[in-house]
Amino acid sequence: MPKAKTMTTGEAGLTLVFAVTAFLCMIGAAKALDAPFAFHASLSAAASLAAVFAILNRYYDRPAALPPQEINGRPNYSMGPIKFAAVASVFWGIAGFLVGLIIAAQLAWPALNFDLPWTSFGRLRPLHTSAVIFAFGGNVLIATSFYVVQKSCRARLAGDLAPWFVVLGYNFFILIAGTGYLFGVTQSKEYAEPEWYADHWLTIVWVVYLLVFLMTLVKRKEPHIFVANWFYLAFIVTIAVLHLGNNPALPVSVFGSKSYIAWGGVQDAMFQWWYGHNAVGFFLTAGFLAIMYYFIPKRAERPIYSYRLSIIHFWALIFLYIWAGPHHLHYTALPDWAQTLGMTFSIMLWMPSWGGMINGLMTLSGAWDKLRTDPVLRMLVVSVAFYGMSTFEGPLMSIKVVNSLSHYTDWTIGHVHAGALGWVGFVSFGALYCLVPWLWERKGLYSLKLVNWHFWIATVGIVLYISAMWVSGILQGLMWRAYTSLGFLEYSFIETVEAMHPFYIIRAAGGALFLIGSLIMAYNLWMTVRVGEKQVQSPVALQPAE
Amino acid sequence: MSFWTRHQIFEKNSIVLIAGILVVVAIGGLVEITPLFYLKSTIEKVDGIRPYTPLELTGRNVYVREGCYLCHSQMIRPLRDEVERYGHFSLAAESMYDHPFQWGSKRTGPDLARVGAKYSDEWHVTHLVNPRAIVPQSVMPGYPFLAETEVDVAGMADHLRTNRLVGVPYSDDQIANAVADLKAQADPDNPGVEAFTKRYPKAVARNFDGKAGIPTEMDALVAYLQMLGTLVDFKLYNEKANLR
Amino acid sequence: MAEHNDIDQVTGTSTTGHQWDGIKELNTPLPRWWVITFYITIVWSFGYWIVYPAWPLVTSHTTGIFGYSSRADVAVELANLEKIRGDKMVKLGAAPLAEIEKDPALLALARARGKTVFGDNCAPCHGSGGAGAKGYPNLNDDEWLWGGSLDQILHTIQFGVRSGHAKGHESAMLAFGKEGVLKKDQIVTAANYVRSLSGLATAKEYNAAEGGKIFAENCAACHGDAGKGNQELGAPDLTDKIWLYGSDEATLVETITNGRAGVMPAWVDRFDPSTVKALAVYVHSLGGGK
Ligand code: HEC
Ligand code: HEC
Ligand code: HEC
Ligand code: HEM
Ligand code: HEM
Ligand SMILES: [Ca+2]
Ligand SMILES: [Ca+2]
Ligand SMILES: [Cu+2]
Repeated sequence: MPKAKTMTTGEAGLTLVFAVTAFLCMIGAAKALDAPFAFHASLSAAASLAAVFAILNRYYDRPAALPPQEINGRPNYSMGPIKFAAVASVFWGIAGFLVGLIIAAQLAWPALNFDLPWTSFGRLRPLHTSAVIFAFGGNVLIATSFYVVQKSCRARLAGDLAPWFVVLGYNFFILIAGTGYLFGVTQSKEYAEPEWYADHWLTIVWVVYLLVFLMTLVKRKEPHIFVANWFYLAFIVTIAVLHLGNNPALPVSVFGSKSYIAWGGVQDAMFQWWYGHNAVGFFLTAGFLAIMYYFIPKRAERPIYSYRLSIIHFWALIFLYIWAGPHHLHYTALPDWAQTLGMTFSIMLWMPSWGGMINGLMTLSGAWDKLRTDPVLRMLVVSVAFYGMSTFEGPLMSIKVVNSLSHYTDWTIGHVHAGALGWVGFVSFGALYCLVPWLWERKGLYSLKLVNWHFWIATVGIVLYISAMWVSGILQGLMWRAYTSLGFLEYSFIETVEAMHPFYIIRAAGGALFLIGSLIMAYNLWMTVRVGEKQVQSPVALQPAE
Repeated sequence: MSFWTRHQIFEKNSIVLIAGILVVVAIGGLVEITPLFYLKSTIEKVDGIRPYTPLELTGRNVYVREGCYLCHSQMIRPLRDEVERYGHFSLAAESMYDHPFQWGSKRTGPDLARVGAKYSDEWHVTHLVNPRAIVPQSVMPGYPFLAETEVDVAGMADHLRTNRLVGVPYSDDQIANAVADLKAQADPDNPGVEAFTKRYPKAVARNFDGKAGIPTEMDALVAYLQMLGTLVDFKLYNEKANLR
Repeated sequence: MAEHNDIDQVTGTSTTGHQWDGIKELNTPLPRWWVITFYITIVWSFGYWIVYPAWPLVTSHTTGIFGYSSRADVAVELANLEKIRGDKMVKLGAAPLAEIEKDPALLALARARGKTVFGDNCAPCHGSGGAGAKGYPNLNDDEWLWGGSLDQILHTIQFGVRSGHAKGHESAMLAFGKEGVLKKDQIVTAANYVRSLSGLATAKEYNAAEGGKIFAENCAACHGDAGKGNQELGAPDLTDKIWLYGSDEATLVETITNGRAGVMPAWVDRFDPSTVKALAVYVHSLGGGK
């Protein structure tokens, strides 16, 4: 006897919540004090109504019973939200790289600012950083974490609507944040620029993300929690803590976008870089290390190099990272004692960081020959090499004498992009190349040759980008402090601006190559989904271990 | 039980794992951040620091909105070339009323911590409208629209009130007169100028953008730039007492 | 660990016995070099904490054994800089202006000092080479608004023009249009008269006699009967084809209608006396010094 169809509490509750939200947002839009707030409130109202509609629609279309946890004794994995996040990450990646290219070109040719508010460098730069880190990187992290946690726990993702809420809610946050920047809605806290209402929304989405992930772990069929999941969990929990610590703000009015942050001056600076550094440590490092821990052994078909190293470097990494924030504030008005802690903990962070690199690279022992034939694996491995490089450079730049030169210069930008393009970019591309055929059940990628092209074009782009920034950064730093033999400053500031020009052109060229590479990837993935040969039965390796 | 088997407690129980992570990541932040709120030496004892005038605060919000901090630092480090190029190194006290702080992390353009009173208002206006009209090598964007955008004066008191709630010591008097002070500062002929300068010692009232009428965002931004770094009189500042 | 741990064929290392989606882990011991380097960084950090201020306490923080402070350090650095510059700067500060230009060593020093300060403080207005921009005078040529002698230049730099400083140059041209002294058509006529002074073409309907009259009555007091200017008042020479704001009719009309009153900041309070002196010498030596 089939059960009569009834709404789950989740469906009914969410419908109600979204209906109320839609109503509140309409009031917000009507009473808005500024145009961006009115726009965002209207957008939220529309999105809430769409959510109500989507939930009801899904309810009418679905069978009486919810999808089972298992089919024929094998987990019934939930792949829909993952597919969405994977597509979103490719889309946002290209958008973010494109905006990066635009701001790179603006620094070389300032006329490209067009003297308009929404096209000027100061508004596009946060759009770039958020698009690449949170939109591109964030979607890759959500997609892979939802995939890896299911596979490595042999359990269906917890929640029915919740995973969709996370994916769609997160991307809606991106939309609000990104359009906000163009309108000049910003708190000016780097990597935490979104205003109070976007921050609130992100908090809700993130808590649900944490719950979905944690509850999936809780119902796992494997006795042990897989190492990638330690890293994912640390990433999700710590980002929640950081977000709450750095963003408390008081809106001037609940009907306006502007707020004032609770912290002031030196304390605000410390909160900001406690957050900012650990956004690197937990978003761009712990999260992507999790990706590495699943995708490299999977692709190389080799065991992870050292379980013991995993343990030690995991705990050391997350403990030490938190302390390193003050290296962004060397020689500032932050008291010297705090700077010392920031510097020494950054140095101690070196080996724990390299623990991840060793585990990634050495997993290939016995499979090095695969690098010749598999460009996807090559991309993953090169990403780990870049990770090793930027986590050597980072501690180096944390040393106060070095930082006195590098701080404020393009050297920082070079360091950022060695990590961002080389590590975050490549490990994400590698994961997407693996993930898309799995998700859409294709035998393999449309073209490995195109992956090879992507790899080389992007690698040349990265090399151009970071070497240009090293030269310009060090040149800039040296010019600022250069003294003549008589003991006077040798260069005026504007002379250093002029000296940067050729390097800004080279950087833009490197960025263009990186963007072209990602377009090749998008085409390749698109063709994989469209014309790729269907995988009839899961290969042995994909079968859950019994 | 070996050291390595002991770790299984984390691997077998997700709640223990998450608790472990929380404890481990809480320590560093607590040790580094909390003392900044209670150690007296964190913020120097100096005279002259006052909250921003309504016009300056409006200008500061424009500065934040346009992302000037992405190219300009407001933090002169105690390094000899910076002190020579930009002036006395910045004190923590100088940004104690800054919500949010604007120290910056990149210098595509020069530091602005002491740009106040360095140039004329007219220079700033010309420069902000079209930087390359006056500094041909500049890569700074132009902001001609600021001169055309009038300041939204209505909610000014709410801005001061919100700042007071997060710790900026605005007086009731200052909050009550926020709009009047905003208008007075941008117009030296305004009858409210005298009362305004009483409420904000050393603040100057000028027609910053050179145009009559309701203050523009250009007025506000230039007023903000022109006060940066001018509050502390370093002739009276005690270097020895504030070494930290 | 579990009994049934298998041995990885390639490396000969045992695995931990678990598997997740086909992924196994080796039980490889920690690399020795890695452990040792990690220990070294930890030991080094402990050492660093002993030497430098590091740990917050209840009412203070540890100060390190030498009492290091980045702020004390920069004071020492700046003092050392004074030493590098030696007593030459002291001599420069004491020497009368005229003497500086006669002493090649002092002159070189003053110019070097002037050049570095000029680049970050004056060039934004007067241009990198001192060639000026609209509204900001060229400092290379030999037309001077306020006088091109060393003393006059020094005075201008010290106290500025319309800078608000008590000793600054104050006089400014009247806003003849705005103040209602001259009517629109009179201003156009005056503008044409000014153009004629330096031999520029005038408009067809321009009446030269009328122009001369307006000028004599309103302008000559400052710019002189012949329009040769007056450095006491900062009134520019209008006959020399060098323009601060421009010579086309529209610009001239704008100048006469609203006045200009450009501001040159005062620098006495920003720089020490020897630096201001060096700037005066540097500007004087740019080419146009009298
Ligand atoms: C793309 C980078 C960029 C952005 C964004 C930018 N600037 Fe600049 N700024 C520069 C550069 C480069 C210079 C040096 C050249 C010059 O004077 O134009 C400069 C110079 C300045 C100066 C002169 C400083 C001095 O001491 O000479 C001021 C004042 C200034 N900017 C204010 C602003 C304000 C206010 C904003 C935002 C509304 C802003 N800038 C945005 C790059 C930028
Ligand atoms: C804010 C822009 C600005 C800055 C910065 C500036 N000046 Fe000037 N300067 C002016 C203006 C405007 C005038 C002309 C004033 C007038 O109309 O009489 C002027 C005039 C002068 C004159 C007199 C020229 C004459 O023909 O008599 C000298 C000399 C001079 N400046 C030197 C300097 C030096 C040296 C510095 C740097 C320490 C400097 N200026 C910085 C704007 C500036
Ligand atoms: C009170 C003295 C005074 C009187 C009277 C005066 N001027 Fe001037 N004039 C100045 C000064 C000072 C300047 C320098 C610009 C400035 O900063 O105001 C100047 C500048 C000018 C300039 C700009 C020159 C350039 O290089 O761009 C013109 C043109 C000019 N005056 C024309 C006139 C005419 C025509 C009249 C009469 C209708 C007149 N002035 C009356 C003092 C005066
Ligand atoms: C096409 C590729 C890219 C180009 C051309 C590019 C270009 C730029 C430019 C021009 C800046 C501003 C630098 C400055 O202010 O001087 C910047 C900043 C930044 N970019 Fe990119 N970028 C690219 C890709 C990425 C990616 C993939 C990431 C991260 C995953 C990233 C992360 C960042 C970050 C974090 C900053 C801020 C750095 C800082 O404030 O120190 N970028 N980028
Ligand atoms: C052990 C690891 C690392 C350490 C100790 C470290 C250290 C540093 C230091 C000292 C700075 C310069 C701060 C300044 O002078 O303003 C910096 C900036 C930065 N690093 Fe790292 N780094 C590490 C790894 C990474 C990795 C792997 C990434 C990225 C993927 C990364 C991304 C960034 C970013 C985005 C910034 C710019 C922050 C800003 O100013 O906006 N770092 N890092
Ligand atoms: Ca925020
Ligand atoms: Ca930055
Ligand atoms: Cu950092």
